[in-house]
Amino acid sequence: MAADFSFPDAAAKAATLPKEFDSEKMSLSMGPSHPSTHGVLRIQFELDGEMVTKADPVIGYLHRGDEKIAENMTYNQFVPYTDRLDYIAPLANNMAYAIAVERLAGLEVPARCQAIRVLTAEMARVSSHLMGLGAYGIDVGAWTVFMYCFEEREKLYKLFEELTGARFTTSYTRIGGLQRDVPAGWTRKVDAFCDQFLPILEEILSLLSRNKIFLDRTVDIGVISPADAVAYGLTGPNLRGSGVPNDLRKDRPYSGYGQYEFDVPVGSKGDCYDRYLCRGEEMKQSVRIIRQIVKNFPGGDWYAKDARKIFAPPKDKVLTSMEELINNFMIVTEGPQMPAGEVYFEAENPKGVLGFYIVSKGGGVPYRLKIRSPSFCNLSILPKLCVGHLVSDVVSILGSLDFVMGECDR
Amino acid sequence: MTTDVDLPTAVSRQFPSAAPRPSLDCPAFNVPAGEALALLQYLRDAQACDFLMDLTAIDGSAGQSPRFTVVWHLYSSTKHTYVRVAAPCATDAEPAMPTATRLWAGADWHEREVYDMFGIKFTGHPDLRRILMWDAYPYFPLRKEFPLAGLPTEMSDADINAETGVGVISAPMAGGPFVATPGEPMSAAEPRAKDEAWNEKKEKPE
Repeated sequence: MAADFSFPDAAAKAATLPKEFDSEKMSLSMGPSHPSTHGVLRIQFELDGEMVTKADPVIGYLHRGDEKIAENMTYNQFVPYTDRLDYIAPLANNMAYAIAVERLAGLEVPARCQAIRVLTAEMARVSSHLMGLGAYGIDVGAWTVFMYCFEEREKLYKLFEELTGARFTTSYTRIGGLQRDVPAGWTRKVDAFCDQFLPILEEILSLLSRNKIFLDRTVDIGVISPADAVAYGLTGPNLRGSGVPNDLRKDRPYSGYGQYEFDVPVGSKGDCYDRYLCRGEEMKQSVRIIRQIVKNFPGGDWYAKDARKIFAPPKDKVLTSMEELINNFMIVTEGPQMPAGEVYFEAENPKGVLGFYIVSKGGGVPYRLKIRSPSFCNLSILPKLCVGHLVSDVVSILGSLDFVMGECDR
Repeated sequence: MTTDVDLPTAVSRQFPSAAPRPSLDCPAFNVPAGEALALLQYLRDAQACDFLMDLTAIDGSAGQSPRFTVVWHLYSSTKHTYVRVAAPCATDAEPAMPTATRLWAGADWHEREVYDMFGIKFTGHPDLRRILMWDAYPYFPLRKEFPLAGLPTEMSDADINAETGVGVISAPMAGGPFVATPGEPMSAAEPRAKDEAWNEKKEKPE
């Protein structure tokens, strides 16, 4: 099926398809409520028999106007909305947003704060890839993988709950710091999780990596050439699966990523199987980073102490000191005070590169906040990618792209 | 990282009309709409900015001219640097901008989104439809005059409208208790549903 993909465009490829039957084209609407579309994605297909000749994704079913909402609230008030972008990895979104606003303020947070943020972001990456892997297993008919993945994910969620008070919508970062410091003994539990997780991960991957059915469903399916991946702005494992070694954690280290040792796995062919392999390896690398952080956990402050007009003072100070009370009141009502200017910050999230473009005219509310979501860009290649595949292969392709509609539709 | 220093001079030598744009991080340029594509192509081919990371627009709010500015963010995967290019749309009533789809295939959906949210038409775009809102939606929600609570509209299907008699209604308490907009006094941020489309002092828009 996937012999030659060096076609000039989708229409030309459709024209070269073998015509076994001279029949009418059929149209098929897949989604928005369909188990393999991972949320509310809908694809309008034009089919020749069972072969896709045209695919038109219909998105926006989960559009909540996040960018409009951001223009009407203070910077801290928007943190909970970032949970709901890629709701599989809210901690990573929290961090990306907080760093974007801190770049605007010209604020540098202390080493401990950076380390906690990286730690939580990498745990979120593991949790997100586990979800993606488990769901992908179900998509191509391997139910067991899902159960294994969800058990591990549940352990991570217990840790998230202990740290942030919430399993899912963590809202953990604040501009200039965090919601709270890590609880006593928590990093030991993280380490214990890593110890037991690695053998289980090997077991999970061994269920799929040499599985004949899985190989048949993924190898040579949905091949994305490096040139296409770049032209469509693909990021994350979807880009690296095509052999382009782009990882912002390595290329533009933020939040202290430069001090950790880890490798960036890349694929060789760019098919669904390569993207699966990349995610599996990325989890191991994330565990590597987590271990390094836990081993050398920095002490000191966990929020920027000098940012008096940005980070709200501790509650006990607010209740006892007049100045801190006023300070707290101003931050809550007026928002953290930002200078005028423009910044664009991108972070390497589990799904790809999440970017925030903030235009500020000063004060506590952004004038314009644009969210560059990886799932949106990753899905934009679908019209080209699906053509020439069977409908059942489309299910495999969708699972391998590992998107989240909350982020795509914003 | 080191080659980034001379990118602004290289651009200003090649494009005298490109003025530096105030920016807190990466190099940024303001160009006239007519030259935007040429500059983007130059950055892609001569300056190795191979990724179009983001494409969006800014509404300078009604009454300001030029009102709409389209902003591109390019990323170089070899130099690991960003460049921001901004171009104002020529007319405020019917804003338009040449499409970047022939440079990056990924510009397709970005431009559809900007059209959907701001009503900026990208000339030469192969398939300029709404992407997040439904096709028959009458407003451009990210324009500054559009209220946060939304405006009541018909649903997309006429037969459903006729059957149910219910359209899309605006959100009753949009924005939460502390709704604030930049540049407004403290009193404007009091706990209430501030951003209603109409109230006792404002007429209900038709």
